[in-house]
Amino acid sequence: MDDAAVDDAAVDDAAVDGNAIGGLLIEVFGTEMTTAVGTCGNCGAVAQVAEFAVYRPGLGTVVRCRSCGSVLMVFTEIRSVTCVDLMGLASLT
Amino acid sequence: MSPVSRGFRRKREAAPADRVPPGQYVTKDFPVLSAGPTPHTPLPQWTFSISGGHQPVSWTWEEFRALPTETLTTDIHCVTRWSKLDTSWEGVSLDVLLAAVEYDARYVLAFSDGGYTTNLPVADLLGGKAWVAFGYGGGPLGAEHGGPARLLVPHLYFWKSAKWVRGLQLRDTDVPGFWENYGYHLYGDPWREQRYAGD
Amino acid sequence: MAGTAVRRRLSWQTATVGRVTDETPRVRTLWLEVPDWPGHRAGQHLDIRLTADDGYQAERAYSIASAPGEPLAITVERLDDGEVSPYLTEEARAGDQLEVRGPVGGYFVWEPGSDPGGPLLLAAGGSGVVPLRAIVRERSRTGSSVPVRLLYSSRSWEDVIYSSELELPPDGVQVTYTLTRSQPRAWQGYARRVDMQMLAEVAWPAAEQPLAYVCGPTSFVESVAAGLVGLGYPAGRVKTERFGATGQ
Repeated sequence: MDDAAVDDAAVDDAAVDGNAIGGLLIEVFGTEMTTAVGTCGNCGAVAQVAEFAVYRPGLGTVVRCRSCGSVLMVFTEIRSVTCVDLMGLASLT
Repeated sequence: MSPVSRGFRRKREAAPADRVPPGQYVTKDFPVLSAGPTPHTPLPQWTFSISGGHQPVSWTWEEFRALPTETLTTDIHCVTRWSKLDTSWEGVSLDVLLAAVEYDARYVLAFSDGGYTTNLPVADLLGGKAWVAFGYGGGPLGAEHGGPARLLVPHLYFWKSAKWVRGLQLRDTDVPGFWENYGYHLYGDPWREQRYAGD
Repeated sequence: MAGTAVRRRLSWQTATVGRVTDETPRVRTLWLEVPDWPGHRAGQHLDIRLTADDGYQAERAYSIASAPGEPLAITVERLDDGEVSPYLTEEARAGDQLEVRGPVGGYFVWEPGSDPGGPLLLAAGGSGVVPLRAIVRERSRTGSSVPVRLLYSSRSWEDVIYSSELELPPDGVQVTYTLTRSQPRAWQGYARRVDMQMLAEVAWPAAEQPLAYVCGPTSFVESVAAGLVGLGYPAGRVKTERFGATGQ
Protein backbone atom coordinates (compact mmCIF):
# COMPACT_ATOMS: atom_id res chain seq x y z
CA MET A 1 0.00 0.00 0.00
CA ASP A 2 1.47 3.36 -0.90
CA ASP A 3 1.38 6.68 0.90
CA ALA A 4 -1.34 8.23 -1.22
CA ALA A 5 -4.67 9.09 0.33
CA VAL A 6 -7.55 6.85 -0.61
CA ASP A 7 -8.85 7.49 -4.12
CA ASP A 8 -11.77 9.79 -3.41
CA ALA A 9 -13.71 8.47 -6.34
CA ALA A 10 -13.79 5.12 -4.63
CA VAL A 11 -15.29 6.42 -1.41
CA ASP A 12 -18.93 7.42 -1.33
CA ASP A 13 -18.85 10.00 1.40
CA ALA A 14 -22.59 9.95 1.90
CA ALA A 15 -22.46 6.31 2.94
CA VAL A 16 -22.28 5.68 6.65
CA ASP A 17 -22.37 2.50 8.70
CA GLY A 18 -24.67 0.59 10.99
CA ASN A 19 -23.80 2.85 13.95
CA ALA A 20 -25.85 5.63 12.36
CA ILE A 21 -29.04 3.57 12.35
CA GLY A 22 -28.65 2.20 15.85
CA GLY A 23 -31.75 4.08 17.00
CA LEU A 24 -33.85 2.85 14.07
CA LEU A 25 -32.74 -0.71 14.79
CA ILE A 26 -33.72 -0.41 18.47
CA GLU A 27 -37.18 0.74 17.37
CA VAL A 28 -37.53 -2.11 14.89
CA PHE A 29 -35.98 -4.96 16.86
CA GLY A 30 -36.65 -3.74 20.38
CA THR A 31 -33.01 -4.06 21.38
CA GLU A 32 -29.48 -2.80 20.67
CA MET A 33 -28.41 -4.33 17.35
CA THR A 34 -25.10 -2.74 16.35
CA THR A 35 -23.14 -5.67 17.73
CA ALA A 36 -25.44 -8.28 16.20
CA VAL A 37 -23.61 -10.44 13.68
CA GLY A 38 -25.01 -10.73 10.16
CA THR A 39 -24.11 -13.15 7.39
CA CYS A 40 -24.51 -11.93 3.81
CA GLY A 41 -26.87 -14.14 1.87
CA ASN A 42 -24.94 -13.45 -1.32
CA CYS A 43 -21.26 -13.86 -0.49
CA GLY A 44 -21.31 -15.30 3.03
CA ALA A 45 -19.30 -12.45 4.56
CA VAL A 46 -19.81 -12.16 8.30
CA ALA A 47 -19.78 -8.77 10.04
CA GLN A 48 -21.31 -6.85 12.89
CA VAL A 49 -24.23 -4.64 11.97
CA ALA A 50 -22.17 -1.56 12.95
CA GLU A 51 -19.79 -2.42 10.12
CA PHE A 52 -22.40 -2.71 7.34
CA ALA A 53 -22.49 0.01 4.68
CA VAL A 54 -25.58 2.20 5.10
CA TYR A 55 -27.15 4.45 2.46
CA ARG A 56 -29.97 6.87 3.27
CA PRO A 57 -31.28 8.49 0.09
CA GLY A 58 -34.31 9.94 1.83
CA LEU A 59 -36.77 7.34 0.48
CA GLY A 60 -35.50 4.74 2.91
CA THR A 61 -32.46 3.12 4.46
CA VAL A 62 -30.48 0.58 2.45
CA VAL A 63 -27.96 -1.60 4.29
CA ARG A 64 -25.35 -3.38 2.18
CA CYS A 65 -22.63 -5.96 2.63
CA ARG A 66 -19.28 -4.17 2.69
CA SER A 67 -17.63 -7.10 0.87
CA CYS A 68 -19.90 -7.63 -2.13
CA GLY A 69 -22.31 -4.67 -2.08
CA SER A 70 -25.37 -6.88 -1.97
CA VAL A 71 -28.45 -5.44 -0.25
CA LEU A 72 -28.88 -6.97 3.23
CA MET A 73 -31.69 -4.90 4.74
CA VAL A 74 -34.08 -2.18 3.58
CA PHE A 75 -36.20 0.02 5.86
CA THR A 76 -38.82 2.48 4.69
CA GLU A 77 -41.20 4.57 6.76
CA ILE A 78 -44.43 5.34 4.95
CA ARG A 79 -47.43 6.91 6.70
CA SER A 80 -45.79 6.10 10.05
CA VAL A 81 -45.49 2.41 9.20
CA THR A 82 -41.98 1.01 9.05
CA CYS A 83 -41.45 -1.65 6.39
CA VAL A 84 -38.52 -3.94 7.11
CA ASP A 85 -36.93 -6.27 4.56
CA LEU A 86 -34.15 -8.53 5.86
CA MET A 87 -34.13 -10.93 2.95
CA GLY A 88 -30.54 -10.22 1.96
CA LEU A 89 -29.24 -11.66 5.23
CA ALA A 90 -28.63 -15.36 5.55
CA SER A 91 -28.64 -14.92 9.31
CA LEU A 92 -28.65 -12.24 12.00
CA THR A 93 -27.78 -13.20 15.55
CA MET B 1 -47.41 14.59 20.51
CA SER B 2 -43.92 15.93 19.94
CA PRO B 3 -43.10 19.25 21.56
CA VAL B 4 -42.36 22.04 19.12
CA SER B 5 -38.71 23.09 19.03
CA ARG B 6 -38.99 26.87 19.21
CA GLY B 7 -37.62 28.59 16.14
CA PHE B 8 -36.99 25.45 14.11
CA ARG B 9 -38.24 25.37 10.54
CA ARG B 10 -37.57 23.49 7.36
CA LYS B 11 -34.96 24.95 5.02
CA ARG B 12 -37.02 26.27 2.19
CA GLU B 13 -36.88 28.84 -0.56
CA ALA B 14 -39.63 30.84 -2.21
CA ALA B 15 -41.47 28.83 -4.83
CA PRO B 16 -43.60 30.01 -7.75
CA ALA B 17 -46.81 28.18 -6.92
CA ASP B 18 -47.72 27.14 -10.45
CA ARG B 19 -44.32 25.55 -11.02
CA VAL B 20 -44.18 23.44 -7.90
CA PRO B 21 -46.33 20.36 -7.25
CA PRO B 22 -48.16 20.05 -3.91
CA GLY B 23 -45.99 19.43 -0.87
CA GLN B 24 -42.74 20.38 -2.57
CA TYR B 25 -40.23 23.14 -1.85
CA VAL B 26 -37.67 24.57 -4.23
CA THR B 27 -33.96 24.10 -3.73
CA LYS B 28 -30.93 25.44 -5.56
CA ASP B 29 -28.94 22.40 -4.45
CA PHE B 30 -28.84 19.14 -6.34
CA PRO B 31 -28.78 16.60 -3.52
CA VAL B 32 -26.92 13.38 -4.18
CA LEU B 33 -29.21 10.61 -2.98
CA SER B 34 -28.17 7.03 -3.69
CA ALA B 35 -29.23 3.61 -2.51
CA GLY B 36 -25.74 2.25 -3.06
CA PRO B 37 -22.19 3.05 -4.05
CA THR B 38 -21.51 4.98 -7.25
CA PRO B 39 -20.73 2.49 -9.99
CA HIS B 40 -17.82 3.15 -12.33
CA THR B 41 -18.45 1.05 -15.43
CA PRO B 42 -15.73 1.82 -17.98
CA LEU B 43 -17.23 3.19 -21.16
CA PRO B 44 -15.82 0.41 -23.36
CA GLN B 45 -17.90 -2.00 -21.28
CA TRP B 46 -21.06 0.15 -21.15
CA THR B 47 -24.13 -0.90 -23.12
CA PHE B 48 -27.76 0.14 -23.14
CA SER B 49 -30.10 -2.68 -24.02
CA ILE B 50 -33.80 -3.20 -24.55
CA SER B 51 -35.11 -6.71 -24.08
CA GLY B 52 -38.57 -8.23 -24.13
CA GLY B 53 -39.46 -7.03 -27.60
CA HIS B 54 -39.47 -9.18 -30.70
CA GLN B 55 -35.64 -8.97 -30.82
CA PRO B 56 -33.25 -7.74 -28.15
CA VAL B 57 -31.34 -4.60 -29.13
CA SER B 58 -28.35 -2.94 -27.58
CA TRP B 59 -26.00 -0.04 -28.16
CA THR B 60 -22.39 0.39 -27.14
CA TRP B 61 -21.39 3.81 -25.80
CA GLU B 62 -20.10 4.80 -29.24
CA GLU B 63 -23.27 3.65 -30.93
CA PHE B 64 -25.39 5.37 -28.31
CA ARG B 65 -23.52 8.66 -28.69
CA ALA B 66 -23.96 8.51 -32.45
CA LEU B 67 -27.75 8.68 -32.04
CA PRO B 68 -29.55 12.02 -32.44
CA THR B 69 -29.56 14.00 -29.24
CA GLU B 70 -31.70 16.71 -27.71
CA THR B 71 -31.16 19.35 -25.11
CA LEU B 72 -33.89 20.34 -22.71
CA THR B 73 -34.53 22.47 -19.67
CA THR B 74 -36.99 21.09 -17.18
CA ASP B 75 -38.02 20.97 -13.54
CA ILE B 76 -37.41 17.88 -11.43
CA HIS B 77 -39.34 16.77 -8.36
CA CYS B 78 -38.07 14.36 -5.72
CA VAL B 79 -40.47 12.45 -3.50
CA THR B 80 -38.39 13.63 -0.53
CA ARG B 81 -40.04 17.00 -1.25
CA TRP B 82 -37.37 19.05 -2.97
CA SER B 83 -37.90 20.40 -6.46
CA LYS B 84 -35.21 21.93 -8.65
CA LEU B 85 -36.29 24.26 -11.40
CA ASP B 86 -34.79 24.87 -14.82
CA THR B 87 -32.32 22.01 -14.89
CA SER B 88 -30.63 21.56 -18.24
CA TRP B 89 -29.89 18.19 -19.78
CA GLU B 90 -28.70 16.56 -22.94
CA GLY B 91 -29.72 13.08 -23.96
CA VAL B 92 -31.18 10.63 -26.41
CA SER B 93 -34.97 10.52 -26.51
CA LEU B 94 -36.65 7.25 -25.61
CA ASP B 95 -38.69 7.79 -28.78
CA VAL B 96 -35.47 7.18 -30.72
CA LEU B 97 -34.40 4.18 -28.63
CA LEU B 98 -37.80 2.46 -28.59
CA ALA B 99 -38.18 3.01 -32.34
CA ALA B 100 -35.40 0.46 -32.78
CA VAL B 101 -37.52 -2.32 -31.25
CA GLU B 102 -40.74 -4.01 -32.25
CA TYR B 103 -42.77 -4.80 -29.17
CA ASP B 104 -46.23 -5.31 -27.79
CA ALA B 105 -45.42 -4.69 -24.15
CA ARG B 106 -47.09 -1.87 -22.23
CA TYR B 107 -44.64 -1.58 -19.32
CA VAL B 108 -40.93 -1.44 -18.73
CA LEU B 109 -38.67 -2.24 -15.87
CA ALA B 110 -35.62 0.04 -16.14
CA PHE B 111 -32.46 -1.41 -14.64
CA SER B 112 -29.15 0.10 -13.61
CA ASP B 113 -25.61 -0.74 -12.61
CA GLY B 114 -25.67 -1.66 -8.93
CA GLY B 115 -29.04 -3.44 -9.21
CA TYR B 116 -31.50 -0.54 -8.96
CA THR B 117 -34.77 -0.94 -10.84
CA THR B 118 -37.87 1.14 -11.41
CA ASN B 119 -41.04 0.48 -13.40
CA LEU B 120 -42.89 2.72 -15.83
CA PRO B 121 -45.63 2.45 -18.45
CA VAL B 122 -44.19 2.53 -21.98
CA ALA B 123 -46.58 5.37 -22.74
CA ASP B 124 -44.70 7.55 -20.24
CA LEU B 125 -41.47 7.05 -22.14
CA LEU B 126 -42.91 8.11 -25.50
CA GLY B 127 -43.99 11.40 -27.00
CA GLY B 128 -41.04 13.52 -25.99
CA LYS B 129 -41.34 12.80 -22.27
CA ALA B 130 -38.22 10.75 -21.51
CA TRP B 131 -34.52 10.57 -22.30
CA VAL B 132 -31.40 8.66 -21.54
CA ALA B 133 -29.39 11.68 -20.42
CA PHE B 134 -25.60 11.91 -20.59
CA GLY B 135 -25.22 15.65 -20.12
CA TYR B 136 -26.21 17.96 -17.28
CA GLY B 137 -25.72 21.67 -16.82
CA GLY B 138 -23.75 22.01 -20.03
CA GLY B 139 -21.22 19.27 -19.27
CA PRO B 140 -21.01 15.51 -18.94
CA LEU B 141 -23.32 14.05 -16.31
CA GLY B 142 -21.24 13.44 -13.18
CA ALA B 143 -21.01 9.93 -11.76
CA GLU B 144 -22.65 10.93 -8.47
CA HIS B 145 -25.70 12.16 -10.42
CA GLY B 146 -25.96 9.02 -12.52
CA GLY B 147 -23.28 9.38 -15.15
CA PRO B 148 -22.31 8.22 -17.70
CA ALA B 149 -26.06 8.08 -18.40
CA ARG B 150 -29.28 8.05 -16.46
CA LEU B 151 -32.94 7.79 -17.29
CA LEU B 152 -34.66 11.17 -17.22
CA VAL B 153 -38.46 11.18 -16.88
CA PRO B 154 -39.19 14.60 -15.35
CA HIS B 155 -42.98 14.38 -15.33
CA LEU B 156 -42.78 11.68 -12.64
CA TYR B 157 -41.10 11.75 -9.23
CA PHE B 158 -37.37 11.63 -9.70
CA TRP B 159 -36.87 8.13 -8.26
CA LYS B 160 -38.20 6.97 -11.65
CA SER B 161 -35.23 8.68 -13.37
CA ALA B 162 -32.91 5.78 -12.68
CA LYS B 163 -29.25 6.72 -12.26
CA TRP B 164 -26.61 4.61 -14.04
CA VAL B 165 -29.32 3.14 -16.27
CA ARG B 166 -28.23 0.22 -18.46
CA GLY B 167 -31.45 -0.77 -20.13
CA LEU B 168 -35.13 -1.57 -20.18
CA GLN B 169 -37.00 -4.85 -19.90
CA LEU B 170 -40.27 -4.60 -21.78
CA ARG B 171 -43.01 -6.38 -19.84
CA ASP B 172 -46.70 -7.17 -20.22
CA THR B 173 -47.45 -6.37 -16.60
CA ASP B 174 -46.39 -3.53 -14.36
CA VAL B 175 -43.92 -5.17 -11.98
CA PRO B 176 -42.75 -2.97 -9.10
CA GLY B 177 -39.14 -1.85 -9.05
CA PHE B 178 -36.88 -1.28 -6.04
CA TRP B 179 -38.70 1.48 -4.14
CA GLU B 180 -42.12 0.50 -5.46
CA ASN B 181 -41.65 -2.85 -3.71
CA TYR B 182 -41.28 -1.05 -0.39
CA GLY B 183 -44.43 1.03 -0.62
CA TYR B 184 -43.74 3.82 -3.09
CA HIS B 185 -46.39 4.52 -5.72
CA LEU B 186 -46.29 2.40 -8.88
CA TYR B 187 -46.80 5.44 -11.12
CA GLY B 188 -45.59 8.51 -9.16
CA ASP B 189 -47.24 11.63 -10.60
CA PRO B 190 -46.04 14.60 -8.51
CA TRP B 191 -48.99 16.75 -9.61
CA ARG B 192 -51.40 14.26 -8.06
CA GLU B 193 -48.97 13.77 -5.16
CA GLN B 194 -48.69 10.03 -5.80
CA ARG B 195 -45.83 9.38 -3.37
CA TYR B 196 -46.90 6.11 -1.79
CA ALA B 197 -48.96 3.08 -2.80
CA GLY B 198 -52.59 3.94 -2.24
CA ASP B 199 -52.20 7.68 -2.86
CA MET C 1 -27.16 1.25 38.41
CA ALA C 2 -25.78 -1.83 40.16
CA GLY C 3 -28.45 -4.16 41.49
CA THR C 4 -31.42 -2.30 39.98
CA ALA C 5 -33.52 -3.30 37.02
CA VAL C 6 -33.79 -0.13 34.94
CA ARG C 7 -36.71 0.13 32.57
CA ARG C 8 -35.21 1.61 29.43
CA ARG C 9 -37.19 4.08 27.43
CA LEU C 10 -36.50 2.84 23.92
CA SER C 11 -38.23 5.68 22.16
CA TRP C 12 -38.43 9.45 22.03
CA GLN C 13 -38.28 11.49 25.22
CA THR C 14 -38.53 15.25 25.60
CA ALA C 15 -35.28 16.98 26.45
CA THR C 16 -34.76 20.56 27.53
CA VAL C 17 -31.72 22.52 26.46
CA GLY C 18 -29.71 23.72 29.40
CA ARG C 19 -26.40 25.51 29.13
CA VAL C 20 -24.70 25.96 25.76
CA THR C 21 -21.09 26.81 25.08
CA ASP C 22 -19.25 27.57 21.86
CA GLU C 23 -16.20 25.36 21.39
CA THR C 24 -15.11 26.89 18.06
CA PRO C 25 -16.71 29.32 15.59
CA ARG C 26 -18.68 26.43 14.07
CA VAL C 27 -19.06 24.05 16.99
CA ARG C 28 -21.24 24.26 20.08
CA THR C 29 -21.80 21.98 23.05
CA LEU C 30 -25.32 21.77 24.41
CA TRP C 31 -26.18 20.29 27.79
CA LEU C 32 -29.51 18.47 27.77
CA GLU C 33 -31.87 17.75 30.64
CA VAL C 34 -33.72 14.48 30.15
CA PRO C 35 -35.97 13.27 32.93
CA ASP C 36 -35.16 9.71 33.95
CA TRP C 37 -32.01 9.65 31.84
CA PRO C 38 -30.81 6.03 32.16
CA GLY C 39 -27.14 6.86 31.78
CA HIS C 40 -24.88 6.04 28.88
CA ARG C 41 -21.56 4.48 27.90
CA ALA C 42 -18.59 6.36 26.47
CA GLY C 43 -18.83 6.37 22.67
CA GLN C 44 -22.62 6.19 22.43
CA HIS C 45 -24.78 8.72 20.63
CA LEU C 46 -28.25 10.23 20.81
CA ASP C 47 -30.80 10.63 18.08
CA ILE C 48 -32.21 14.17 18.19
CA ARG C 49 -35.58 15.06 16.68
CA LEU C 50 -36.81 18.60 16.08
CA THR C 51 -40.41 19.50 15.32
CA ALA C 52 -41.41 22.74 13.60
CA ASP C 53 -44.72 24.40 14.33
CA ASP C 54 -46.13 23.13 11.03
CA GLY C 55 -45.40 19.60 12.18
CA TYR C 56 -42.31 19.13 10.02
CA GLN C 57 -39.73 16.93 11.74
CA ALA C 58 -36.05 16.32 11.20
CA GLU C 59 -33.85 13.75 12.93
CA ARG C 60 -30.07 13.50 13.27
CA ALA C 61 -27.62 11.52 15.38
CA TYR C 62 -25.03 13.26 17.59
CA SER C 63 -22.33 11.66 19.69
CA ILE C 64 -22.49 12.19 23.45
CA ALA C 65 -19.60 14.42 24.52
CA SER C 66 -19.74 13.69 28.24
CA ALA C 67 -18.51 10.67 30.13
CA PRO C 68 -20.95 8.39 31.94
CA GLY C 69 -22.08 10.05 35.13
CA GLU C 70 -21.34 13.57 33.89
CA PRO C 71 -24.19 15.87 32.85
CA LEU C 72 -25.45 14.82 29.44
CA ALA C 73 -24.03 16.92 26.61
CA ILE C 74 -23.71 16.73 22.85
CA THR C 75 -21.27 18.65 20.66
CA VAL C 76 -22.57 19.75 17.26
CA GLU C 77 -20.72 21.12 14.25
CA ARG C 78 -22.65 23.53 12.03
CA LEU C 79 -22.85 22.26 8.46
CA ASP C 80 -23.28 25.12 5.98
CA ASP C 81 -26.08 23.42 4.08
CA GLY C 82 -27.47 21.65 7.10
CA GLU C 83 -30.99 21.88 8.42
CA VAL C 84 -30.60 20.69 12.02
CA SER C 85 -27.03 21.73 12.86
CA PRO C 86 -27.56 25.43 12.13
CA TYR C 87 -30.53 25.35 14.52
CA LEU C 88 -28.60 23.60 17.28
CA THR C 89 -25.47 25.72 16.94
CA GLU C 90 -27.08 29.13 16.41
CA GLU C 91 -30.70 29.19 17.52
CA ALA C 92 -31.36 26.72 20.33
CA ARG C 93 -31.14 28.23 23.80
CA ALA C 94 -31.77 27.27 27.40
CA GLY C 95 -35.36 26.19 27.89
CA ASP C 96 -35.98 25.05 24.32
CA GLN C 97 -37.36 21.59 23.87
CA LEU C 98 -36.37 18.82 21.52
CA GLU C 99 -36.68 15.08 21.54
CA VAL C 100 -33.98 12.53 22.15
CA ARG C 101 -33.84 8.78 21.61
CA GLY C 102 -31.13 6.77 23.25
CA PRO C 103 -28.48 6.32 24.30
CA VAL C 104 -27.67 4.35 21.16
CA GLY C 105 -24.74 2.11 20.39
CA GLY C 106 -23.11 -1.05 21.63
CA TYR C 107 -20.23 -1.41 19.19
CA PHE C 108 -18.42 1.92 19.28
CA VAL C 109 -18.20 2.02 23.07
CA TRP C 110 -15.39 1.75 25.61
CA GLU C 111 -15.21 1.08 29.28
CA PRO C 112 -12.22 0.11 31.39
CA GLY C 113 -11.65 -3.59 31.54
CA SER C 114 -13.77 -4.26 28.45
CA ASP C 115 -10.71 -5.24 26.43
CA PRO C 116 -7.92 -7.53 27.63
CA GLY C 117 -5.54 -6.18 25.02
CA GLY C 118 -3.17 -3.29 24.79
CA PRO C 119 -3.22 0.46 24.42
CA LEU C 120 -5.91 2.57 22.76
CA LEU C 121 -5.42 4.29 19.42
CA LEU C 122 -8.07 6.97 18.92
CA ALA C 123 -8.25 8.61 15.48
CA ALA C 124 -10.52 11.63 15.04
CA GLY C 125 -11.47 13.42 11.85
CA GLY C 126 -13.04 16.78 12.65
CA SER C 127 -16.12 16.36 14.84
CA GLY C 128 -15.27 12.66 15.04
CA VAL C 129 -13.35 13.71 18.15
CA VAL C 130 -16.58 13.96 20.13
CA PRO C 131 -17.11 10.30 21.11
CA LEU C 132 -13.36 9.85 21.52
CA ARG C 133 -13.26 12.73 24.00
CA ALA C 134 -16.01 10.98 25.95
CA ILE C 135 -13.81 7.88 26.03
CA VAL C 136 -10.81 9.88 27.29
CA ARG C 137 -12.97 11.48 29.98
CA GLU C 138 -14.31 8.08 31.02
CA ARG C 139 -10.77 6.77 31.27
CA SER C 140 -9.94 9.62 33.65
CA ARG C 141 -13.17 9.29 35.60
CA THR C 142 -12.55 5.60 36.30
CA GLY C 143 -8.83 5.92 37.01
CA SER C 144 -7.88 3.66 34.11
CA SER C 145 -4.22 3.73 33.15
CA VAL C 146 -4.53 2.21 29.68
CA PRO C 147 -2.14 4.17 27.46
CA VAL C 148 -3.86 6.31 24.82
CA ARG C 149 -2.67 7.96 21.65
CA LEU C 150 -5.15 10.35 20.06
CA LEU C 151 -4.49 11.37 16.46
CA TYR C 152 -6.74 14.35 15.71
CA SER C 153 -7.13 15.66 12.18
CA SER C 154 -8.64 19.12 11.95
CA ARG C 155 -8.87 21.80 9.26
CA SER C 156 -7.04 24.39 11.34
CA TRP C 157 -6.11 25.18 14.92
CA GLU C 158 -9.25 27.33 15.26
CA ASP C 159 -11.34 24.25 14.40
CA VAL C 160 -9.83 22.06 17.10
CA ILE C 161 -12.63 21.17 19.50
CA TYR C 162 -11.91 20.90 23.26
CA SER C 163 -8.50 22.47 22.63
CA SER C 164 -7.90 23.67 26.19
CA GLU C 165 -8.80 20.23 27.55
CA LEU C 166 -6.58 18.45 25.04
CA GLU C 167 -3.68 20.84 25.57
CA LEU C 168 -3.31 19.40 29.05
CA PRO C 169 -4.04 15.75 28.45
CA PRO C 170 -4.25 13.36 31.38
CA ASP C 171 -1.26 11.21 32.27
CA GLY C 172 -0.81 8.44 29.76
CA VAL C 173 -2.71 10.25 26.98
CA GLN C 174 -0.67 11.62 24.06
CA VAL C 175 -2.37 13.90 21.53
CA THR C 176 -1.01 14.42 18.03
CA TYR C 177 -2.67 16.92 15.73
CA THR C 178 -2.61 17.23 11.98
CA LEU C 179 -3.95 20.51 10.62
CA THR C 180 -4.94 19.91 7.04
CA ARG C 181 -5.97 23.27 5.63
CA SER C 182 -4.12 25.98 7.54
CA GLN C 183 -1.61 26.06 10.35
CA PRO C 184 -0.46 28.69 12.83
CA ARG C 185 2.82 30.38 12.07
CA ALA C 186 5.75 28.32 13.38
CA TRP C 187 3.59 25.17 13.43
CA GLN C 188 5.92 22.21 13.68
CA GLY C 189 3.33 19.48 13.58
CA TYR C 190 1.70 17.53 10.78
CA ALA C 191 0.01 19.60 8.10
CA ARG C 192 -1.63 17.10 5.78
CA ARG C 193 -4.37 14.49 5.61
CA VAL C 194 -3.63 11.32 7.51
CA ASP C 195 -1.65 8.84 5.43
CA MET C 196 0.28 5.63 5.91
CA GLN C 197 3.49 7.43 6.78
CA MET C 198 1.81 9.43 9.52
CA LEU C 199 0.06 6.38 10.92
CA ALA C 200 3.34 4.47 10.96
CA GLU C 201 4.88 7.28 13.00
CA VAL C 202 1.98 7.92 15.36
CA ALA C 203 -0.03 4.74 15.87
CA TRP C 204 0.92 2.08 18.41
CA PRO C 205 2.82 -0.76 16.77
CA ALA C 206 0.56 -3.70 15.98
CA ALA C 207 2.68 -5.92 18.21
CA GLU C 208 1.34 -4.10 21.28
CA GLN C 209 -2.16 -5.39 20.43
CA PRO C 210 -3.77 -1.96 20.38
CA LEU C 211 -7.50 -1.39 20.09
CA ALA C 212 -8.36 1.39 17.66
CA TYR C 213 -11.43 3.66 17.50
CA VAL C 214 -11.69 5.68 14.28
CA CYS C 215 -14.41 8.32 13.92
CA GLY C 216 -15.13 11.10 11.48
CA PRO C 217 -16.22 11.66 7.87
CA THR C 218 -16.53 8.47 5.86
CA SER C 219 -13.49 9.15 3.68
CA PHE C 220 -11.33 9.79 6.78
CA VAL C 221 -12.50 6.61 8.47
CA GLU C 222 -11.98 4.46 5.38
CA SER C 223 -8.49 5.84 4.82
CA VAL C 224 -7.36 5.49 8.42
CA ALA C 225 -8.93 2.08 8.98
CA ALA C 226 -7.31 0.74 5.82
CA GLY C 227 -4.01 2.25 6.92
CA LEU C 228 -4.14 0.62 10.34
CA VAL C 229 -4.94 -2.75 8.83
CA GLY C 230 -2.03 -2.16 6.49
CA LEU C 231 0.16 -1.65 9.56
CA GLY C 232 -0.91 -5.04 10.87
CA TYR C 233 -3.87 -4.19 13.08
CA PRO C 234 -6.41 -7.05 12.84
CA ALA C 235 -9.59 -5.70 11.25
CA GLY C 236 -11.49 -6.77 14.34
CA ARG C 237 -9.32 -4.47 16.47
CA VAL C 238 -10.24 -1.38 14.42
CA LYS C 239 -13.64 -0.01 15.39
CA THR C 240 -15.14 2.50 12.98
CA GLU C 241 -17.89 5.09 13.12
CA ARG C 242 -18.59 7.01 9.91
CA PHE C 243 -20.27 10.38 10.00
CA GLY C 244 -21.10 10.77 6.30
CA ALA C 245 -19.78 13.48 4.04
CA THR C 246 -19.10 16.09 6.71
CA GLY C 247 -19.75 16.28 10.39
CA GLN C 248 -22.63 14.17 11.51
